[in-house]
Amino acid sequence: MTILNRDEAKAILDKVVGFSKAEACEANLSGGRNGNIRYARNSVSTSGSVDDMQLVVQSNFGKRSGTATINEFDEASLEKVVRRAEALAKLAPENPEFMPILGPQGEYLKSKAHFASTAGIDAAYRAKAASDSIGPSRKKKLVAAGFLQDNDGFDAVRNSKGLFAYHRSSDVEFSVTVRTEDGTGSGWVSRDYSDASKLDTGRASQVAIDKAIGSSKARAIEPGKYTVILEPAASSNLIGNMFGSFDARQADEGRSFLSKKGGGTKLGEKLVDERISIWSDPSNPDVPAAPWQGDGQRREKTMWIENGVVKNLFYSRFWAQKKDTKPIPFPANGIMKGGTKTTEQLVAETEKGILVTRTWYIRMVDPQTLLLTGLTRDGTFFVENGKIAFPIKNMRFNESPIIMLNNIEDLGKPVRQDGNMIPPMRIRDFTFSSLSDAV
Amino acid sequence: MDRRQFLRLSGIGAGALVVPVFGNPRAWADANGAQTAIPTAARKALADVALNTAKSKGASYADIRIGRYLNQFVVTREDKVENLVDTESYGVGVRVLANGTWGFAATSNVSKDAIAKAATEAVATAKANAKLQSEPVRLAPVKGAGEVTWKTPIQRSCFDVPIKEKVDLLMEVNAEAMAAGANFVNSVLFQVNEQKYFASTDGSYIDQDVHRLWPLFNVTVVDEGSGKFKSRQSLSSPVGMGWEYLAGKKQDKMVGPTVVYGNSYDMIEDAKNASRETKEMLTAKSVEPGKYDLVLDPSHLWLTIHESVGHPLELDRVLGYEANYAGTSFATLDKWRSKSFNYGSDKVNLVADKTQTGSLGAVGYDDEGVACKQWDLVRNGVLVGYQAIRDQVHILGEKESHGCCYADNWSSVQFQRMPNVSLEAGKEKLSVDDMIKDVEKGIYIVGDGSFSIDQQRYNFQFGGQLFYEIKDGKIAGMLRDVAYQSNTQEFWNSCVATCDQSDYRLGGSFFDGKGQPGQVSAVSHGSATTRFNGVNVINTERKLG
Repeated sequence: MTILNRDEAKAILDKVVGFSKAEACEANLSGGRNGNIRYARNSVSTSGSVDDMQLVVQSNFGKRSGTATINEFDEASLEKVVRRAEALAKLAPENPEFMPILGPQGEYLKSKAHFASTAGIDAAYRAKAASDSIGPSRKKKLVAAGFLQDNDGFDAVRNSKGLFAYHRSSDVEFSVTVRTEDGTGSGWVSRDYSDASKLDTGRASQVAIDKAIGSSKARAIEPGKYTVILEPAASSNLIGNMFGSFDARQADEGRSFLSKKGGGTKLGEKLVDERISIWSDPSNPDVPAAPWQGDGQRREKTMWIENGVVKNLFYSRFWAQKKDTKPIPFPANGIMKGGTKTTEQLVAETEKGILVTRTWYIRMVDPQTLLLTGLTRDGTFFVENGKIAFPIKNMRFNESPIIMLNNIEDLGKPVRQDGNMIPPMRIRDFTFSSLSDAV
Repeated sequence: MDRRQFLRLSGIGAGALVVPVFGNPRAWADANGAQTAIPTAARKALADVALNTAKSKGASYADIRIGRYLNQFVVTREDKVENLVDTESYGVGVRVLANGTWGFAATSNVSKDAIAKAATEAVATAKANAKLQSEPVRLAPVKGAGEVTWKTPIQRSCFDVPIKEKVDLLMEVNAEAMAAGANFVNSVLFQVNEQKYFASTDGSYIDQDVHRLWPLFNVTVVDEGSGKFKSRQSLSSPVGMGWEYLAGKKQDKMVGPTVVYGNSYDMIEDAKNASRETKEMLTAKSVEPGKYDLVLDPSHLWLTIHESVGHPLELDRVLGYEANYAGTSFATLDKWRSKSFNYGSDKVNLVADKTQTGSLGAVGYDDEGVACKQWDLVRNGVLVGYQAIRDQVHILGEKESHGCCYADNWSSVQFQRMPNVSLEAGKEKLSVDDMIKDVEKGIYIVGDGSFSIDQQRYNFQFGGQLFYEIKDGKIAGMLRDVAYQSNTQEFWNSCVATCDQSDYRLGGSFFDGKGQPGQVSAVSHGSATTRFNGVNVINTERKLG
């Protein structure tokens, strides 16, 4: 059994902490069942499920610390991993940045992240989900390749100061790429939910089918600066790269796009268009997340950018102490404010521009300006007079999300994408640097 | 552990955070003895439970991998050890073929009952999915290997080196970097040991002990006045070697505008050089965009080979099995069948390999029991081969798997993974100076940087760590803000010369990602310094606000 309830998890962690001979001990236990089905060429390629549970033990002597992990749970293994963490801690030099373990943190935010609909997914469900996606593609003489993955699991932490936290969660992720038989058209869609009852793989696959047909025989246009309508999947990773770099220490140290010339950070300053607000909230019902992080620290609703102004940065406990401020943990989700319009409405209000389904292979080019490169993929269309005029070839972009979020024209209604809430956006002067022949 | 998790754990990535290991890293042990290995006879008995159960439930083929995966990380910044981590993961994966369809199940419970249950579940899954199967699996035959063993040829196991020696090394690396002008330095030793026992219904019982090491650092220099900062990563390679890689032998160093390394690595020297060079970057000339002749060091070229040759020649990508994730490939079967598709110029010879000593891909047998070998992908510029495993080679009209099947953990299902893919050194005696001496307008690039390529592997953009302007056959100083963009076929056809074997070196990655659910694989890519003419270079400098 790898999915433990609160009491079962606590019983193992109590035992682990009980074995400790260190001055302090912190143990994380996580486990679950992970099932998946994968298909390609309109046929199932792999499928299976894995049950696993892992234990991470950190032992401390003064400012010395060692960490060891194991996935065996008999008494001897539990004691072995504790002894190993202690042995490593004794070998470690003192870390002046070491922070002692936390005491109990009180009541955490409520977060309903576990759904019976998702936990109940079995091999038959997965096979039907794949079949619902493959069937309509095959009927249209298209070729589908897709993947569905479901997780049902738990996380728990316990330390020798009496802190204990437990979180149960479930999620299901689905994506499919549909291509024309001649390889000239490709469409894609993805969906992710905590509650699997919201997922309809057949209906979702229709979006990819329409895009595959619509993107066939794309035309080349000159790379350059264009107005773009970015679907949530197109901007999700660009914004994620920005959000992931909101670390106070890096900014204070002068090695971040949030550092200021002459020292200091951009905290409290306007960074992007005033219509941009981004926050995190583990109790949001659309993107529920664990209300605590690995060491048991509380995750609260936190505003990161409000009306374009940087409101908060992540502060590790050490850095917060050094800067005499409150620690703020790394968030588990991101929620971006938007409007009410759909992607279709944004397209209808665009005189001339490019609709981007998704972006791909995004990499940091320059952390100083957060310049990223990547490519469009699986459905890129030229928009004229409020209508999709014709499909265009994919292009490489070199663009910074900071510049992009200063060039906002309009924001649509946020939807869940990769565990975050992201709106479709219309943005001017988005920089494409070269053409790609890839379909 | 994927690349992102590693970057966060190690503090090497931009925007890095120091986080406790939580949930994800699985695998490993301390030098004091995590290896509670089960005797071979007991493992054989456990394996036979899986194989016999699968057969009795109707499988036509079955294999089992009993794996113990160990990692150790030593993570530091400046004068502090941030974390010492041992991870260990132990379990069993059973794969079966029933009704022409694959099924897989895995369990961390290494007992006869749990293994029998996993085998039963794998067969049930295969039979359920067979109903959706339109292309029954055709498996190339493999002769049973019997009971055999293989071990990475190492001189000193990293797991036998005392922690203190590792900590002392990294503290010296960091101290030297700081003394040479760095404001910040992160350094890591990442050590891997995969203990894998494979058995199959073909009559193979294969015990392998695989070792890998990656020493790495990142130095940063900040100029507060201008608000600019620059970083440089180590010029080390992840290797299929033991602690001997860190010997930094004189014969393994090549001195040019910087020092680059071959079969061993001097981490302390490289850290000093990195600080000095990073300071220089702050005042280096920003590149003028345009066409340049590029002279690419192996510490850089390995990544271009990986992305523009390794991936497009994976047969499963070509066929569409990776369409929903990594993508497909421009290198389609019709191009291969024509026997005249010019992947590159006639100077270009690219080989796949799973045997090269010191490489990350080297093993005795792959994860479906096939003995490893070397084969051609591109010969005299022409596309001649792909990478294929047992259920794929029939598509190429071949009868024998290439032996490049791999799973990154006992809990992952094995599938086709990239072997080492390398550019052969030139036959003619040519040095790095010979590459540079008649370049009028060019750039010499060292170290891998930013990398991005489209889903069919046509259009790519690569950065690097160090860029030196070449003017009228001579190095004329450092450049910054350099990235080059090209198209795979155009790029490899612009290859005009490559140095001889004396300059041949390996680069590589611990984190080649593929598949859904995603798996990582460690792979090396060898080359000698090579010249490409007339490549498009862009300037990457931007201004915020």
